[in-house]
Amino acid sequence: MSDNPDDKAPAPTLFWRDPRKRGWLVQAFVLAAVVGLFAFIFDNTLHNLEKRGISTGFGFLQNEAGFGILQTLIDYDETHTFGRTFLVGLLNTLLVSAIGIVIATVLGLVIGVARLSGNWIISRLAGVYIEIFRNIPLLLQILFWYFAMLPLLPHPRQSLAFWESVFLNKRGLYLPGPVTESGFGWVLAALAVAILGVLLLWRWARRRQDGTGRTFPVFWTSAAMLVGLPLLAFGLAGMPLSWDYPALKGFNFRGGITVIPELVALALALAIYTAAYIAEIVRSGIQSVSHGQTEAAYALGLKPGTTLRLVIIPQAMRVIIPQLTSQYLNLTKNSSLAPAIGYPDLVAVFAGTTLNQTGQAVEIIGITMGVYLTISLTISAFMNWYNRRVALVER
Amino acid sequence: MARLSRQQYAPGDHPDWEPPASSVGVLGWLRANLFSSWFNSALTFLGLYIIYLVVVPLLDWAILRADWSGDSREACSSGGACWVFVRIRFEQFMYGLYPSSEYWRINLVAGLMVATMAWLTVPRIPYKRYGVVFALFFFPVITAQLIGGGNFGLSEVETTRWGGLTLTLILAAAGIVAAFPLGILLALGRRSQMPIVRAFSVAYIELWRGVPLITVLFMSSVMLPLFLPEGVNFDKLLRALIGITLFQAAYIAEVVRGGLQAIPQGQYEAADALGLSYWKKMGLVILPQALKMVIPGIVNTFNELFKDTTLVLIIGLLDLLAIIQAALEDPKWLGYSIEGYLFAATVFWIFCFGMSRYSLAIERRLHTGHRR
Repeated sequence: MSDNPDDKAPAPTLFWRDPRKRGWLVQAFVLAAVVGLFAFIFDNTLHNLEKRGISTGFGFLQNEAGFGILQTLIDYDETHTFGRTFLVGLLNTLLVSAIGIVIATVLGLVIGVARLSGNWIISRLAGVYIEIFRNIPLLLQILFWYFAMLPLLPHPRQSLAFWESVFLNKRGLYLPGPVTESGFGWVLAALAVAILGVLLLWRWARRRQDGTGRTFPVFWTSAAMLVGLPLLAFGLAGMPLSWDYPALKGFNFRGGITVIPELVALALALAIYTAAYIAEIVRSGIQSVSHGQTEAAYALGLKPGTTLRLVIIPQAMRVIIPQLTSQYLNLTKNSSLAPAIGYPDLVAVFAGTTLNQTGQAVEIIGITMGVYLTISLTISAFMNWYNRRVALVER
Repeated sequence: MARLSRQQYAPGDHPDWEPPASSVGVLGWLRANLFSSWFNSALTFLGLYIIYLVVVPLLDWAILRADWSGDSREACSSGGACWVFVRIRFEQFMYGLYPSSEYWRINLVAGLMVATMAWLTVPRIPYKRYGVVFALFFFPVITAQLIGGGNFGLSEVETTRWGGLTLTLILAAAGIVAAFPLGILLALGRRSQMPIVRAFSVAYIELWRGVPLITVLFMSSVMLPLFLPEGVNFDKLLRALIGITLFQAAYIAEVVRGGLQAIPQGQYEAADALGLSYWKKMGLVILPQALKMVIPGIVNTFNELFKDTTLVLIIGLLDLLAIIQAALEDPKWLGYSIEGYLFAATVFWIFCFGMSRYSLAIERRLHTGHRR
């Protein structure tokens, strides 16, 4: 410390001129405002609930539901609890999303490739499909399939039959159901062994190629293993599987698997709508790989099929996968439009019927939003992991 | 041929020969695009067959055999489409349950909207900045006054009578206008240096983007009344609008964030070096560039919002789709749902397709060297 009076410390910066201190002040203010808002809402909600005589807490999940549900994947009837109702709704949501995702992916892939076709008519047709279905609200499409197209289907007695085993009519879609007999476990075990074998084969083939440069027909060998082993087990175990075919009894079909018309309409609408988006993603993904890549691969002497498999598709996937995942997520979220046609998904049975019966809006909407939020956060965590893994390593 | 090929030409004297007739003109185009190989030819016939399967019956049903005139279902006897139904209900589909003597107010707003949109979207019209201010601040007030009434000698029309395409447009426009400022603030918050502000912004954006709009609408219709002090009550339309706005803001925030991230770091540093404060830096340097870049993204978000407004059907508002759905249940007109839905689909399609084309066009026009 110097005693020289001329050596004064600079005048202290005014508090609000120091960006760091000002930053903390602003944040304290924001925090106080948000906490205050939540306290205000919390206080009002408690007061309002008390006044209306609505109980709080999650105890209602143990209460008896007292209503039936159109489609249940697990055991359920009126005497089960609201907690069970939630589970039934969640499973129905996952079911329609899974079906929708499979159909949408196949359809979207076909249309995306068709859009890139050298054939003018096919490419234009794909373009027309994309522009029509992408620009019409999904809810309208769901209502259209359910309320306008479904009544055009015939009555059960005049059902549309496919190969005498699949039937389609106003009441739904009837599929033959597999009935497993004892010994079917062997087939599943064989399948597991085949999958393990294929994984080992891949590793071995890659090592060999890295070491010696010689390739091995991995694809055909794996396909043969995956199909052959379970088939062999199936034969040896004495074909332990039969089919339960739906048959017309009285006014309706019995036996097999019954798919309710609500599920058919919802899954179809979701798939058709999302396929238009997926087609665009596939097209842009493939177009994002520059033509120089193809030319370079040809210059190295790769065949067109090999070029597609080893050069184009891996690079296109980098663009396609993240967008595709977010479309899957959109489809899952869009399946919440189910209440419009009465398909018993999570929103319909839980945020709809259960809410009406118990009146516990805060808890129920909270749980419902929480479920969708969990699904989307899980998927976006996966997407971030994938993006990091495939990100271009640039110099 | 042989004679020609043997002929010798001095260098540069070779005459230009016509290309083969099969590679130019209509024939050449057909060969190149439709019949280049047997597989391609098969695809062409498949395509033609699909067109034949879909277009011919549709044209026959929707136009050739359709009934247009008349005023009851008895007029629809030809077996084709019954457009009489749509024609009779047309005013309701457009104006909802609005009193017909007051239709001029909606028409006036529609005219104003078209003019404002033209101002904002046609590149040649100048003073865009004032157009934005007008669209964001004055236009909503004028619209609310005109359609809601209650002042200036206009009779009041309750929101329960608003409906049809009018309501759809009101929901979409109000949603975007209200969500825009909030979305920009959230995007700035997410890019902020302040950890608490950033955390709140991220939490808000991820929360709303992670849930479906329908649960948000349920929330705003059943939970919002619980959140507010006693005696404060919003009507159903306003509650839906609040839900849509909160939801939409998260999506706009993500689009704007994309723009903010695309601005080179040098711009931020240059603004700091000039001694601009945070808000001046953002307002004068960063946001003007970032927002210009994300216009196509915002138009796309708006397109999605426009389609999503149909969800208010589930909470009982009478937008275009809901009013058509209600009309289909009229016992006098049972069985004409295809006509009703096709009409709705056409109206939505025209708006959405127009918007997506506009977004593409502006993307091309704005492609002015931002890409690095």
